[in-house]
Amino acid sequence: MSGVKRFICGDEAVAEGVRLARPHVVSAYPITPQTIVVERLSEYVEEGSLKARYMHVESEHSAMSCAIGASSVGARAFTATSSQGLLYMAETLPYASGARLPIVMMNANRSIATPWNIYGDQMDAMFLLNSGWIQYYVEDAQEALDMMIQGYRLAEDPEVMTPVMINVDGFVLTHTYELVEIPLQEAVDGFLPPLKMPLNSMSLESPKSLCISAGNDTNMEFNMKQHFDMLRSASAIEAVDRAFGETFGRTYHGALEAIDTEDARVVLITAGTVTGTARGVVKALRAAGKKVGLIKLRVLRPFPVQRLIEALKGVEAVGVLDKNISFGYEGTIFTNVNSALMAGQMSPKTLGFIGGIGGRDITKANLEEAYGKLFEVLEGADLDRVQYLNVRCDY
Amino acid sequence: MKRPQVKPWAYPGRVQDFPLGSTSKSDHLVSINAGWRTLRPVIDHEKCIDCMKCFLVCPDGVIDKSGPVLEIDYDFCKGCGICAHECPVKAIDMVKEVK
Amino acid sequence: MVKLNAKTLHNEEYFYGHKACGGCGESLALRHAMKVLGPNTFAALPAGCMAAVSFIYPNMAFTTNAMITPFAATGAVASGIAAGLEALGIDGTQTIGIAGDGGTADIGFQALSGAIDRNDDIIYLATDNEAYMNTGIQKSGLTPYGTRTTTSPAGKNLPGSVNQKKNMFEIVAAHGIAYAATASVGYLEDFLAKVAKAKETRGTSYIHVFVPCPTGWGYPAHKTVSLAKAAVDSGLWYLAEYEKGAFKLNRNPGSFTPVADYLKAQSRFRHLTEEDISRIEAARDAKWENMRRQWQG
Repeated sequence: MSGVKRFICGDEAVAEGVRLARPHVVSAYPITPQTIVVERLSEYVEEGSLKARYMHVESEHSAMSCAIGASSVGARAFTATSSQGLLYMAETLPYASGARLPIVMMNANRSIATPWNIYGDQMDAMFLLNSGWIQYYVEDAQEALDMMIQGYRLAEDPEVMTPVMINVDGFVLTHTYELVEIPLQEAVDGFLPPLKMPLNSMSLESPKSLCISAGNDTNMEFNMKQHFDMLRSASAIEAVDRAFGETFGRTYHGALEAIDTEDARVVLITAGTVTGTARGVVKALRAAGKKVGLIKLRVLRPFPVQRLIEALKGVEAVGVLDKNISFGYEGTIFTNVNSALMAGQMSPKTLGFIGGIGGRDITKANLEEAYGKLFEVLEGADLDRVQYLNVRCDY
Repeated sequence: MKRPQVKPWAYPGRVQDFPLGSTSKSDHLVSINAGWRTLRPVIDHEKCIDCMKCFLVCPDGVIDKSGPVLEIDYDFCKGCGICAHECPVKAIDMVKEVK
Repeated sequence: MVKLNAKTLHNEEYFYGHKACGGCGESLALRHAMKVLGPNTFAALPAGCMAAVSFIYPNMAFTTNAMITPFAATGAVASGIAAGLEALGIDGTQTIGIAGDGGTADIGFQALSGAIDRNDDIIYLATDNEAYMNTGIQKSGLTPYGTRTTTSPAGKNLPGSVNQKKNMFEIVAAHGIAYAATASVGYLEDFLAKVAKAKETRGTSYIHVFVPCPTGWGYPAHKTVSLAKAAVDSGLWYLAEYEKGAFKLNRNPGSFTPVADYLKAQSRFRHLTEEDISRIEAARDAKWENMRRQWQG
């Protein structure tokens, strides 16, 4: 079943996906560059094409809290935020994941103040990597739309019951226009049936106490259960994407997409929109006879350790592109990838590439340079473990 | 007496047996509060005029009025003494608990 | 509607077996709010004494649906619950947010204001014991002048808290809320009637109930109800309502009992000098003059 194609921006694609997912409650607070999402949703509610309660909350903290309240009684809830807004609501995220509430949230990735900046990097979501939320990073507007639908199916899977954050690169994706296929509502309804009352919901039939306290005699076990279930959700992530492909004719290869990795000597790992640029670079380098590959990392939690290990078998040098800095160490994805390689007892050379901070371009030339450095390392060059892309002065 | 009762509970055998999320059934008491008490309210039913003020003022709701006379749920009475203090006819004595 | 009192109030308990201190005024207010609202109530409580004493796994003191919310989020979570229930078509329920003085007047103020602005169909019960009790008696925005707390010590230089208590009732009323009231566990029938009225109100209701705390105030536990009454009788607290845009004093005593009797019964005020007490009396008189002039017209 194919839908209609429309020329829309990433934020509009998110809003279309949310409308198709039929949430009961949308709690909204504006922040650049997420605003178009909550504007469109308010229009859908006004015109009646989305039958949801639209809650004008007074902050992001309340946006998530309101979604938590709605989700706690078994309603499908949506909210969206970005950057400082995500950090302002940070405290509430583990309430949702701890209580296992299947909320879906869009986060428009944006730089963190200070210095102030409204453009895209991925520092914001990295702060919340430990919040107990499943984290996706999408490459284009179509994927952004599709992941709203997949997100609810995954979050509401009885074996998963974990909130999902869909990360959409600020401006580069939220505000750029692409031709996007809007799936048919019937197809989405078939793929994403109405939420059945989850076991942990508050209900008149079976009154519940939620977000309870657990002392040092039980707290560890509660946390372990949440952790084990999150680890197990890795298989549901693959299954939901496969099922999506069966209905809609396109998949995203689950937790990661491996591009030309089979015979690659060097592989670059990316998350989000920069993958699009990297695809072109790989194509060009391949045409020039270079054995390069690319891994588009779509999910950072649960971290797809096994799939990474499989995809990196035989690879001699691995570069990781981070649009974030964990101050005092390195890029966060780099740390995670190195740990996965250790888990697989693999020891390729690795380099971390930090770029795109505060919306700085990551150009084709920058990525060619990254691949070049990976080859240099293979030839014995002694480079700093962490490299910085497109820096405008000496350092 | 019509008051919530303590229920049996055993520590889950496996991590997977813990509830889904930080949740629990409501109405689920597994331990009583009687041990907190140093004084025990005792109603003199001869003096009691059935005004039920004690029922009203008890923060713990342990005074039950469903029977022919007022009854105290000593499992959950903390012995605060508000009932005795507020009784208009001084029909409740606070008596020292003997352990 | 039948007038609710000790005789007419039913025997069911929906908040039971909690681990609050003996004589806790806040738990008394919660008990009665839940009794009036009934078994189909969804309660949202932020961090604070009542959350701490009622959800200690596996001991759950609410028999109804209830949840702990982020500290600042009582109003928002309650709104979300009500919106979710409405969207799912689940009728005949009540949603109540229950927060203490700090949870209402300080950290939860913004979310409360948002909920009233949306006129969500929720009841917000502010249980005011005039300090952060759960963390060990620290000063809040509702701690009155001259109160000794663990962060407003009384000494040579300061009389304890030097702030005036925020006027939450009128701040809430200024939103144009559907229904607001003040109450005291010293006047329980009045409180029951106000909860019943909030239950019948469509849109947001706010009840600000005065609840003595024996642990934080320093008085013997059996005096909770009589002290709550003394606060009203001495004019330091008042019983009022705001409905359809108008204020109403429910109790307008011709004379007040001495504030010193109320204050000196509590260790948190025992350090106050004659001068401090005169100052408190003067503030009380000014407040009553305003209320009588503006509300009794």
